[in-house]
Amino acid sequence: MKRYAPVQGVLALCILMSLFGLPFLRFAPNRLLTGEGLSWWQAPLGPGHWACVLPLGWLLSARWPGNRFARGADMLVAVLWLLLLPWLAGTTARQWVPDADSLARVSLGAGFWLSWGLAALLLSERLREAGWPLWRRGLIWGATILLLVGEGLVGALDDLSLLREYGNHQDAFELAFGQHIRLVVFSVLPAVVLGALLGMAAARHNRLQGPLFAVLNLIQTLPSIALFGLLLAPLAWLGERLPASGIAGIGMAPALLALMLYSLLPITRGTLAGLQQVPAAAVDAARGMGMSPRQILWRVELPLALPVFLAGVRITAVQAVGLAVVAALIGAGGFGTIMFQGLSGSALDLVLLGVIPVVAMAIAVDLLFKLISAGVARHD
Amino acid sequence: MIDISQVSKTFGSAGPAVDDLSLHIATGEFVVLIGASGSGKSTTLRMINRLVEPDRGSIRFAGVDIRQIKPEALRRRMGYAIQSTGLFPHWTVAQNIATVPQLLKWSKARVADRIDELLTLLHLDPDAFRGRYPHQLSGGQQQRVGVARALAADPDVLLMDEPFGALDPVTRATLQAELLRIHALSGKTVVLVTHDIDEALQLGSRIVLMNHGRIVQQGRPIDLLRHPANTFVHDFVGRTEIGIRLLALDRVASRLRPGERAAGEPISAELSLREALSAFVARRVDRLPVVDEQGRPAGALCFDDLLER
Ligand SMILES: Nc1ncnc2c1ncn2[C@@H]1O[C@H](COP(=O)(O)OP(=O)(O)O)[C@@H](O)[C@H]1O
Ligand SMILES: [Mg+2]
Repeated sequence: MKRYAPVQGVLALCILMSLFGLPFLRFAPNRLLTGEGLSWWQAPLGPGHWACVLPLGWLLSARWPGNRFARGADMLVAVLWLLLLPWLAGTTARQWVPDADSLARVSLGAGFWLSWGLAALLLSERLREAGWPLWRRGLIWGATILLLVGEGLVGALDDLSLLREYGNHQDAFELAFGQHIRLVVFSVLPAVVLGALLGMAAARHNRLQGPLFAVLNLIQTLPSIALFGLLLAPLAWLGERLPASGIAGIGMAPALLALMLYSLLPITRGTLAGLQQVPAAAVDAARGMGMSPRQILWRVELPLALPVFLAGVRITAVQAVGLAVVAALIGAGGFGTIMFQGLSGSALDLVLLGVIPVVAMAIAVDLLFKLISAGVARHD
Repeated sequence: MIDISQVSKTFGSAGPAVDDLSLHIATGEFVVLIGASGSGKSTTLRMINRLVEPDRGSIRFAGVDIRQIKPEALRRRMGYAIQSTGLFPHWTVAQNIATVPQLLKWSKARVADRIDELLTLLHLDPDAFRGRYPHQLSGGQQQRVGVARALAADPDVLLMDEPFGALDPVTRATLQAELLRIHALSGKTVVLVTHDIDEALQLGSRIVLMNHGRIVQQGRPIDLLRHPANTFVHDFVGRTEIGIRLLALDRVASRLRPGERAAGEPISAELSLREALSAFVARRVDRLPVVDEQGRPAGALCFDDLLER
């Protein structure tokens, strides 16, 4: 019988250490300067300082590794921590830069990010241990994120540099959001259709597999910038020929095409792997009982290949969310635009304004497909 | 019922898998194809339902050349069961059994009735098993479902490829007995492939011994044991075991001395003589009391009576 949960203890210690050892916030006279770090104690948190006793609870509960109540309390504390920390940061920022027009900035420091991120890790670890179904875990995360968004909506976080950047770039943000989703959906969707067809063809004709995967692997190894470059000339030519189509060497068309090409390999491979792991005996029995080839495909092969296929689509969609960032380089928009703008201006919080939604979107897509897979697999 | 005439099949560049094979299977027969691995048994079986198309020769089913019947239609008239069951893992037991009836567009009510009827026939409680998935069944239960599925649309012919090959001896013996019972009950034509000579001797009304795609000898179990055509057959039926296997073909009831008495624990008249021999040796006696199916004294069996006279 284990007497102590080591991972949990270490996580709690790290949270405490990062809280006290690293700057919690940063204060800078303007957005381009790095500024000076403010420790937990320097920040005028007021009674909020006492929030630092919360991690002691995790340290304590690590004594009872398997205990349900300890686990529940830990989850509660973690959710509180995830909500409280930004709140405290927000109220502090308000005291330091009370004037909305001021150039001075308060941004989140390493101490904040680390202790917040580790707490998120601790929560996910505890949720995983509980062995709860995916939807319930998703619900807890969803509620936490909604409450966090709520904090932002009531204005509690408005004076943080990140939200300042959001306020200044709101239109660009909304535009980027729409573009990013469009980039992902309209590249993954055709890739799913085409990849599924290619995978089915490869499963039928073994000889097709060699050349097909040679080509797809080659595409996958091309750096995205190089692929954009390769697509530039033919698409520009096509655009000149068909001006009405809106196709051009840069912009949405090459980005969608490149993202679709990248998505093709994992989806084709997932389809083929899914079909190959269908038990040969099941197909033989289906044939022997008088199912037509079409019935075998729809009733036996595809349903049995579905879980592996969906896993392929999930990986592809998550990958596309990340890859779509690069599409900004050829003027296709998306969150990459905000990121690159921040990078070129050395404005870290602007970079974060581009990165955070991409990470959140990747996690959301991952969760969505896991939920779908769980729903599909529920029968056994 | 099934007329195979001068059929050959060659895969790739290797020698023929089936070589100029002719076989007539009458209605209601239980034919067992036996032979070493690779002797062409499965290929022969699979040509009957057109899973394999012969290169030469013809096969007639109920008087009609099977090339004139659509493969799907032909297969729906023949039950098909295989060693690894081939149950659909994503379908329940009920859905699996309903496969062919559904292909034949039976009404829902009729299918549901049929599922319960078959589960009962194979000694699976319908209420307990209908909704289960194959992975929730033991190997023996899976094979029962496999047999039920093959029987579902009440086919004229049952084709079985080593259906009990992957089962433990006890489960296999039970299912063999049940298959015999179902055969006796339904009078269906059965063609079964096996490489187990004891299974062949127990089940077959006729045994067809194959080697290199040809029939070496065919006949009733007793014919193969008593008159092996050559040394290959002799070896196959197990030189030193022939006597034992002959005993396995007959029941105690056939050598019983009615009315006579003997001391000791009685044996059932339904046992095979092979099992009786085992009892003689184990108990070190030369007389055994025998009871009938209802457990009433039926007579005695003497050790000498094991020899046929
Ligand atoms: N689909 C196939 N493709 C190529 N060779 C096959 C195929 N099916 C059977 N064979 C070959 O035909 C021969 C007979 O096979 P089979 O009928 O399965 O034998 P058995 O069932 O008696 O073990 C074997 O040599 C086997 O390798
Ligand atoms: Mg075989």
